[in-house]
Amino acid sequence: MWEGISLGLSTAITPLNILMVFVGCFAGTFIGMLPGLGPISAIALMIPITYGFDPASGMILMAGVYYGAVFGGSTSSILINAPGIAGTVATAFDGYPLAQKGQAGKALAIAAYSSFTGGTIGAIFLLVAAPALASVALSFQSSDYLVLMILGLTAVSAFTAPGQVIKALMATVLGLMISTVGTDPSAGVQRYTFGSLDLVDGISFLLLAMATFALSEALMAVLKRDESSEKTRDASVGGMGSLKVTRQELRSIAPTVGRSSILGFFIGVLPGAGATIASFLAYGMERTVASAKDKLGFGKGSLKGLAAPETANNAACTGSFVPLLTLGIPGSGTTAVMLGALISYGVQPGPRLFQEAPDVFWSVIVSMYLGNIVLLILNLPLIPYIAKLLALPRPVLIPLILFFSLIGVYLVSFNTFDIYMMAAFAVAAIILRLLAFPMAPLILGFILGDMIEDNLRRALSIYDGSIAFLWERPLTLAITLLTVLTLVVPLIRTVNTWRRMRWAAASGDGE
Amino acid sequence: MKSFKSLTRRAVLGGIAAAGLIAASGLPGTSASAQQDIDTIHFLIPGGAGGGWDSTARAIGMTMKQEGLIENDSYENMSGAGGGKAIGYLIETADRQENTLMVNSTPIIVRSLTQIFPYSYRDVTPVARVIGDYQILAVQPDSEIQGFEDVLERFREDPRSVKIAGGSVRGDLDHLVPASAFRAAGEDPRQVAYVPYDAGGKALAGFLSGETELLSTGLGEAIGPHRDGQLRIIAVSAPERVDVLPDVPTFKESGADIDFANWRGVFAAPGISDERKQAFATKVETMMDTGTWEEIRSKNGWQNLYLPPAEFVDFLAKQEEEMGELMREMGFLR
Repeated sequence: MWEGISLGLSTAITPLNILMVFVGCFAGTFIGMLPGLGPISAIALMIPITYGFDPASGMILMAGVYYGAVFGGSTSSILINAPGIAGTVATAFDGYPLAQKGQAGKALAIAAYSSFTGGTIGAIFLLVAAPALASVALSFQSSDYLVLMILGLTAVSAFTAPGQVIKALMATVLGLMISTVGTDPSAGVQRYTFGSLDLVDGISFLLLAMATFALSEALMAVLKRDESSEKTRDASVGGMGSLKVTRQELRSIAPTVGRSSILGFFIGVLPGAGATIASFLAYGMERTVASAKDKLGFGKGSLKGLAAPETANNAACTGSFVPLLTLGIPGSGTTAVMLGALISYGVQPGPRLFQEAPDVFWSVIVSMYLGNIVLLILNLPLIPYIAKLLALPRPVLIPLILFFSLIGVYLVSFNTFDIYMMAAFAVAAIILRLLAFPMAPLILGFILGDMIEDNLRRALSIYDGSIAFLWERPLTLAITLLTVLTLVVPLIRTVNTWRRMRWAAASGDGE
Repeated sequence: MKSFKSLTRRAVLGGIAAAGLIAASGLPGTSASAQQDIDTIHFLIPGGAGGGWDSTARAIGMTMKQEGLIENDSYENMSGAGGGKAIGYLIETADRQENTLMVNSTPIIVRSLTQIFPYSYRDVTPVARVIGDYQILAVQPDSEIQGFEDVLERFREDPRSVKIAGGSVRGDLDHLVPASAFRAAGEDPRQVAYVPYDAGGKALAGFLSGETELLSTGLGEAIGPHRDGQLRIIAVSAPERVDVLPDVPTFKESGADIDFANWRGVFAAPGISDERKQAFATKVETMMDTGTWEEIRSKNGWQNLYLPPAEFVDFLAKQEEEMGELMREMGFLR
């Protein structure tokens, strides 16, 4: 292994390759910030210019772009509630409320530190254990993924404010329902498309996220022109760019970052999961282990709630290189694009890459460290300037948000139908929000719905229509039990405190 | 509205190109001159970046450019409706797409039969069949199954014991090819238990995790894992054994008389002149004779299956008929 690392270092640390890391991170960050352009498009844009490069440099550039884009994506989530890729939806849950409180600089700084730590810890795992982890990547089957996705769905509980449980659940179900529009994967039949060609592929994540998050948020701001809140906002603008994270705050999020790195990395290793699931699971896990007082802060600007998904999605991105490099299996759309690029270089990823092209293998891993460091040095100084975006006067900022959300969706599909559909969803979202329905469970249900359905139907067809996998596969059983615990334990706790309070009240009355 | 739309797109593409991010120089030609020497080709790709259509289009364009056959190449990814969106776009804007070649493949037949989109190859101009990839059936490396005969035997004992993973929805290629093999061997194709994944890579991952014993996919995707010992290919859908796998029998040798290649070809806008169609086809044919192409082709494991326009149309008609028959029998068509 050590000779591998030194080989990797000597390949990665050439002036050209260091330049590649810089260019990649820089380009990736900016492309990722634009809603609609995620890592897949960023990497696809890079492929043509990497054709003349040697494979190691090409991969280093693309890995840099990948990280940059994932990091950049969180910026739009935090600042304008516009998650351009599914992996940064959970970042918006707490990042956007923080920015609204006038702590945009802090939120971005925490996102940067968390991404850095997640990516670095992931890279260390990759370095030490990549070949050994190949078997982990293959340990999950459809039934395991199914229950893992359901566990991810329990993150909804973070949005169940007292008295709003039913509304959060209804929003989740609505999200699950929207996810069924389009071609049924198992039967190849169209559902709810009303014969329209525009609906055959279902509704895109980007469209729904932009409509329900960014568009509806911006339009709500127009509807609720509250003068007093605007004043407090203007007053806090001065502190927008401040990156100050106190030592106490850092100490409080450190365990979160540690846990989320490990969880994120392993979820990323699984080819059927990836950064999105990792961020939801990390978010849900942190809320579950948080103290009763911290719990209330989730969804309202909790630092832990921001750090957890940000760490996990970066760690998962690193983890997704395990199946790509050791098995030749792309775990996500992004790694699929990279696989295509590798093959066009004449490098066939798989169990033999390690022996046949060790320079590619190791230099990619080493460049991940470099990528993370570069990302941090590049972004920290930029944060105050980026955060100043929010200091724009509202009559300028709101149209800008509307413009970028609409353009972002249109540029991906070049379909005017999508714009109408987006407007319709935004209006529906505003009505739901006015009725105090939370939007996060809706998008969570939507993202997970597809995957839950695919895996459920696969598991059922493999088990000939029986649900025996729930108890026959130990892994499935274990995750199912974990899910049940996650749901039941807080319930018992609530019932207990409630009974104690009633008992106290009753005994108080008796005296 | 139309002109505004194309203006924005131009501005955006131009902006990206100016930023040095893509090496595209040509844009959809609006010049009305119907000169026969083609020096600009705009590739319309009906799927996203990194897929099979994408890599084929870029390989063709880049080879042509490198070999000096054309001066400008540009690419436009337009995914949606299983490729139907790009076809619709090519038809609607045909009058300003005279420099455009759209890549497509067997799905243009399958998906027009299943009416995923309301178009067929007849609505555009077939120019040339370029390459093909055979379909394969693979088993776990330690499986007792030696050949397709063993699969058939197991199927006759208990159809449910044979489960095949594949990377497309039911009724699409990875399902249709093994189903047609069972049919050719005299079995009921509707009894074949097919487990769909949403991409070839996902299907491979599921297969490697041991979910199914069999995997149906393209030869190009399976050849690497086969050499690495992750899976064992037991049958190829080619008419004769392929030179990259001389030890692996064809389906035909194993008692299932099928011959199927997932071809990829290029199509031009409807209504272009015969001379222009022929000029495009000649460009493709010349391109396929170059060393650059040979290198790319062999790296990707593609088979050269060039057919000029007229033969290509005949081939499409024949495939449509065969596919239609199979799909009707399997209940995918009403």
